[in-house]
Amino acid sequence: MRTDQIIEDLAAELTPVRVLRPPAVRALLWLAVVGAVSAALIFRFTRWGAILPRLQTPRVALETAATALTAITATIAAFELSMPDRSPRWAWLPVPTLLLWLGASGLGCLSNGLSLHNADGPVGESAHCFVFITGASVPLAIGLFWMLRRARPLDALPVAAVGTLGVAATAAFVLQFFHPFDVTVIDLALHLAAIALVVLIGTTLRRPLLDASGEA
Amino acid sequence: MRAAQAGDRAAYSRLLREITPFIRSMLRRHCSHTQDIEEMVQDTLLTLHRVRQTYDPNRPFSPWLASIAARRGIDGLRRRSRVARYEISTEFEAYETFADPAANTDIDALGVPEEVEQLLQRLPPRQRQALEALKLKEMSLKEAAAVSGQSVGALKVNAHRAIKALRALLR
Repeated sequence: MRTDQIIEDLAAELTPVRVLRPPAVRALLWLAVVGAVSAALIFRFTRWGAILPRLQTPRVALETAATALTAITATIAAFELSMPDRSPRWAWLPVPTLLLWLGASGLGCLSNGLSLHNADGPVGESAHCFVFITGASVPLAIGLFWMLRRARPLDALPVAAVGTLGVAATAAFVLQFFHPFDVTVIDLALHLAAIALVVLIGTTLRRPLLDASGEA
Repeated sequence: MRAAQAGDRAAYSRLLREITPFIRSMLRRHCSHTQDIEEMVQDTLLTLHRVRQTYDPNRPFSPWLASIAARRGIDGLRRRSRVARYEISTEFEAYETFADPAANTDIDALGVPEEVEQLLQRLPPRQRQALEALKLKEMSLKEAAAVSGQSVGALKVNAHRAIKALRALLR
């Protein structure tokens, strides 16, 4: 088919479109909504007596802050990457805080003597963490992808990867308020497995979820 | 582009015509095959159409357009290398390469065009449209989607169903 003909066809079927707001604004809108819901859940269900002394420990405070920052930076990166003219280097934005989060969690394991079970934590809690992170990530990912798909990303893989990292980090952040125990090796492994599973599902389903059928 | 986002068809047509040489020259830096370049230009135009809501009128237009063209150029080169890996191109027309003369006459003997035409008329309109665009006119999925108004997914499904239906009709 000739290029001239395609131009004619495209012009003939043109309909007005609503210009997307800047990605940073859309990311902040998403973070505001998710932040409000997370705050409501945390204030409603947290046992502050157990959490507050923990948050005064520098390592736990660092881990919690790094988790929140990973959620924020990954979400901003996903919205930026969904636009055609943004640098692919945005994908690196959540990496420093992710490393900080993993490092602080790893330190928690070490300080816990690499034990498999916590003295003050119930056995079997790790499985609940896995279910919580994956379960909470699903509705969050659906909402985030619904917003991201409006940009019809040209390269959906990095968008899906950092987007799902953002929702998994959000779920892990909220979980820290319901999980007032030092992290064991099993906890950490299952947290990582849950995050990896969420990212894997998100990246696998990226084309239908992000309306990226034009992607090669 | 701002006028095009508001639905001004004349402005959009003028814009697409004006940017086409720019896209072509940009892609020519990465690929020398004329037909491939034209396919990438068309891909770029179709993609621009799909993502026109992402252009921010407060930002420069050229980098936005260049990013789309570069992306489609990379995809085109990947597609080309995939095709080159699995297909052998030939200078000859296919019918000239058959050693058996009957192979060249069998197609004519079947009277295919009329028969195919009659069979196509028996298909549901959307299936017929998908089959004609993709298989008979050999359009790419994106071209066919632009022309038919069907989504890429719907085209694939309808083409598949059309072939299945034709197979059943021929039995």
